[in-house]
Amino acid sequence: MILLDDVTLTYPDGDTHLTAVDHVTLEARAGVVTGLTGASGSGKSSLLALAATLVRPDTGRVVIDGTDATRLSRADATALRRERIGLVFQQPQLLPALTAREQLCVMAELGGRRARARRRTVRARVDELLRAVGLEDQADRRPAHLSGGQRQRIALARALVHEPRVLLVDEPTSALDRERGASIMALIARLTHERQTATLLVTHDLVHRDALDEMLIVTDGRVAAPVTSRGY
Amino acid sequence: MYVAWRDLRFARGRFALIGAVVALITLLVGFLSGLTGGLAAQNVSAVLALPADRLVLHASGDTAASFADSSIDDAAIQAWRQAPGVERVEPVGIVQTRAEGPDASAGVAVMGRAAPAAPGGDDEMTLSSGAASALGAAVGDDVTVAGSVFRVTAVGGDDWYSHTPTVTVDADAWSGLDRRLGGDGEATVLAVQGAPDNDAVATAIGTTVTTPLGSLTALPTFRSEIGSLALMIGLLFGISALVVGAFFTVWTMQRAGDIAVLKALGATTSALARDALGQALVVLIVGVAAGTGLTVVFGTLAGGTLPFVLGPLTTLVPGLMLIALGTAGAAVSLRVVTSSDPLTALGSTR
Repeated sequence: MILLDDVTLTYPDGDTHLTAVDHVTLEARAGVVTGLTGASGSGKSSLLALAATLVRPDTGRVVIDGTDATRLSRADATALRRERIGLVFQQPQLLPALTAREQLCVMAELGGRRARARRRTVRARVDELLRAVGLEDQADRRPAHLSGGQRQRIALARALVHEPRVLLVDEPTSALDRERGASIMALIARLTHERQTATLLVTHDLVHRDALDEMLIVTDGRVAAPVTSRGY
Repeated sequence: MYVAWRDLRFARGRFALIGAVVALITLLVGFLSGLTGGLAAQNVSAVLALPADRLVLHASGDTAASFADSSIDDAAIQAWRQAPGVERVEPVGIVQTRAEGPDASAGVAVMGRAAPAAPGGDDEMTLSSGAASALGAAVGDDVTVAGSVFRVTAVGGDDWYSHTPTVTVDADAWSGLDRRLGGDGEATVLAVQGAPDNDAVATAIGTTVTTPLGSLTALPTFRSEIGSLALMIGLLFGISALVVGAFFTVWTMQRAGDIAVLKALGATTSALARDALGQALVVLIVGVAAGTGLTVVFGTLAGGTLPFVLGPLTTLVPGLMLIALGTAGAAVSLRVVTSSDPLTALGSTR
């Protein structure tokens, strides 16, 4: 579960501060795809950054799978991301030197020497995840030899390979055509339901709203009441 | 090292290029080190071979002591012999001149030594292997120096003094030779064994005292020659650190986006730093190993024609220093790793 509890985030803007997130409270439950939509600059990416523990709020709490991330040191927040959060970026952000399989295996190596214990368990899941995203036959290809949709599928598999409790997805269809976008959104929904992750997905593209279980509209750093709920 | 190894494989052309640069710098440093060692041996091996804890020279006036000008009279020799703590004092004369052998004439350094280092009679001479080769002389041959004829009684050792091979005669014979060559016949240097209060004795007697290694600066050719070569080697060490540092800084900057993504996914800065330094170490070790291998090959080939010393001091030590300095240079690139903000991974389009 993701809980943002009365969270405020401001950025320096010249001599003043710009309020990106203004006393927001939201909850994304396990097994549910919660969509965040809104105009450009409305604060939805800032909310995602808060949930990803990449920034610390000025006020309020960010609770990830029962852990108050605002109380964690930077090192502990990094460990929380590594162990309990899956991140899918707007662009696939794959490493050019790594094959599709290695993009997933790298998740077992991020903790340095302490990662060794996780290596075997993560690697055991790699083939399963590649199958789940339909790319087991592309496992040895590097990103340069994959299509945009395939890259985004690999990015999704990478985000799930360490079995996170929370999945954060930023505009996953922005670089894809409508058909591939729909395919990715359906895949995210299916994997969220199967794996019971709490998924928070930022999108400005309402074409794929059917894939969302709940949708929140962000306006000027504030969140309106849910406009859609399928009650998963 | 998971990503580092795969980067090495993926960008093998770029890493091969920097590895080749490291190998060439290692070859250059190794070759200069070997040459420096060879030239140093040709310059000072006879001095370093003297049986001494300390060497005593005499400086005239305010000038620094030098082997070329030093002259130690009998009074000073006796004073050193009687100093408390002194076990043995051997006066040694050194003069450079030409000698004529059965086959050729060549420049030699004539050393005047006491027994047991000196030959038995005052018309006898021992040759270093370099002198025997240059003069074409062997045991039983005659060698003429400054009009005196000496019978060669032994050939051995490979001692050199100021780039001339050494020949050794009895101390009295040496005095006569030195006078005929325009000198005063006094010993050039004292080889002192024992543990006296060296500085106090030297000051009281009006001489200077130093270790055999420290005395090398009293050879002007050694100072200038080794100084120039050491400067070149030092500059090459600096250049290698700069080149490796610049390469890995540019390389890491190119990967700044990847680093931000890895941090966002949960990579620790220390793991990424180990990855970056490990990658640099691999390149350095491979490059230095290749360069050292080439140095050994070229050094072996050049050994017959050039004064070249091939050993751990001229191959392994410069190689290890290059690895250490290159790693220090590569460490500069860690600033990119430590300053990379994972937040930039969100919303960036690469």
